[in-house]
Amino acid sequence: MSVQYQSLAELAALAEEQGEPISALVLRQQAEQLEISEEEVYERMASTYRVMGECIEPGCDPGLRSTSGLTGGSAAKMRAVSEGGKSLTGSVISGALYRALAVSELNASMGRIVAAPTAGSCGILPAAVLTMQAERDLSERECVMALFTASAVGMVIANNACLAGAQGGCQAECGSASAMAAAAIVELAGGSPKMITHAVAIALKNILGLVCDPVAGLVEIPCIKRNASGVAGAFVAAEMALAGIRSAIPADEVIWAMKKVGDSMPQSLRETAEGGLAATPTGQRLHKQVFG
Amino acid sequence: MNVFDILGPVMIGPSSSHTAGAARLGRVTRALLGTEPVQAEIRLHGSFAKTYKGHGTDRALVAGILGMETDDPGLRNALETARERGLEVTFKTVELDGAHPNTAWILLTDAAGDQVSLIGSSIGGGNILVTKLNGMDVYFTGEKETLIVRHQDVPGIIASVTEVAALAGANISNFRLSRKEKGGEAVMTIELDGSFGPDLALAVRHLPHIYSSILLMPVS
Repeated sequence: MSVQYQSLAELAALAEEQGEPISALVLRQQAEQLEISEEEVYERMASTYRVMGECIEPGCDPGLRSTSGLTGGSAAKMRAVSEGGKSLTGSVISGALYRALAVSELNASMGRIVAAPTAGSCGILPAAVLTMQAERDLSERECVMALFTASAVGMVIANNACLAGAQGGCQAECGSASAMAAAAIVELAGGSPKMITHAVAIALKNILGLVCDPVAGLVEIPCIKRNASGVAGAFVAAEMALAGIRSAIPADEVIWAMKKVGDSMPQSLRETAEGGLAATPTGQRLHKQVFG
Repeated sequence: MNVFDILGPVMIGPSSSHTAGAARLGRVTRALLGTEPVQAEIRLHGSFAKTYKGHGTDRALVAGILGMETDDPGLRNALETARERGLEVTFKTVELDGAHPNTAWILLTDAAGDQVSLIGSSIGGGNILVTKLNGMDVYFTGEKETLIVRHQDVPGIIASVTEVAALAGANISNFRLSRKEKGGEAVMTIELDGSFGPDLALAVRHLPHIYSSILLMPVS
């Protein structure tokens, strides 16, 4: 049976049948597809992971401000609480929150990021994997491999629904990123391929229906904080899946539902900055403040 | 689709059409000038005109004109860098008939007074479409490797340029020539199958009657 990226159930079944993690399966298939060695594919992903890691320090600069001047500096605040041991939710969640804010705020201030899968959702997956590495003392190799699992989830979603806010709302961007991050976390925590599918299903279900309503059309408000909540949601989903909790609706059907919900979203809630938070009095005022 | 379509590209935020695409437009214009510009006049149309400040499109355009790569972290400070390097930049907003919403008109001048003007659009995902070069109609997107040659309109010039391409083993998938007037300035845009790199443009540059020659690489 070949790897098709059409169904997560099939992908997990194939991995379980062959007794290896999803990431190993994906790495091997990608080397065949791209007609380069597994080592070259791995190295390319490793350099992608390093770019993700390089986002954290500049993203945590307390003086960081976005080009519009609307956002910046939240990652620094969150990091101070997390590293000061004063976090309400502990170092895993607070660590993931500050890293997601850091990458996302860096994006808004014209920093160098990895679209994962999009620029608007670029903080979620790096925050999940970098936090797992820090908290569990994992090797870089384990973390890079987890990105293959996350990418496979992204490909299945892209093949059956979409990844762009303009097409499917925020559920398609931050929702997909959250599902990808949940998959990576479960694999890094030693969960089974089946658990990964349940984590994906739970993460996506919990963000289902979220609209894309950026203030002034900028990738800032509410995108930055939705990156933070996206990674928190990924840990919530992974924690449940690792505990053996199953999603009643299978992941492939949740993806199908996400597509249907996206299709029925009005244009005003799909990145046009005409509805939702963008249409609030404050949203309108901020729009005027930036663009006159 | 592969894993790097999902995790990638590595890019400068906040959005590829406002940063990577804009920087590419600037870079192409600079490359077509072929020398160091001292003056850049930029006119922005449509959504570019309305939102360029918030999205940093102005900085990305100037970064490209300074020769920066599309994922260079220096994009953010390009306006300051331009000042330091003595490049005078002016921005205006403009209405261009029937143009794509993200369109810029760029005029570069070098110290000798040579000029290149270009109209191009950022059409999504960092891809661009160039429609005018020095007032002549052109059409290239840079989806394939594209050889762009500014030259004098003289007999035999097409044969000598395409011969260089042929010797390099390049198959031409699309060829277009546009000129102002007989014997005046003209531009060839030649799309190629496969990968040849900047050496091909350099070989063409050494032919007589050539003003500038660049090889535009596709968005990776």
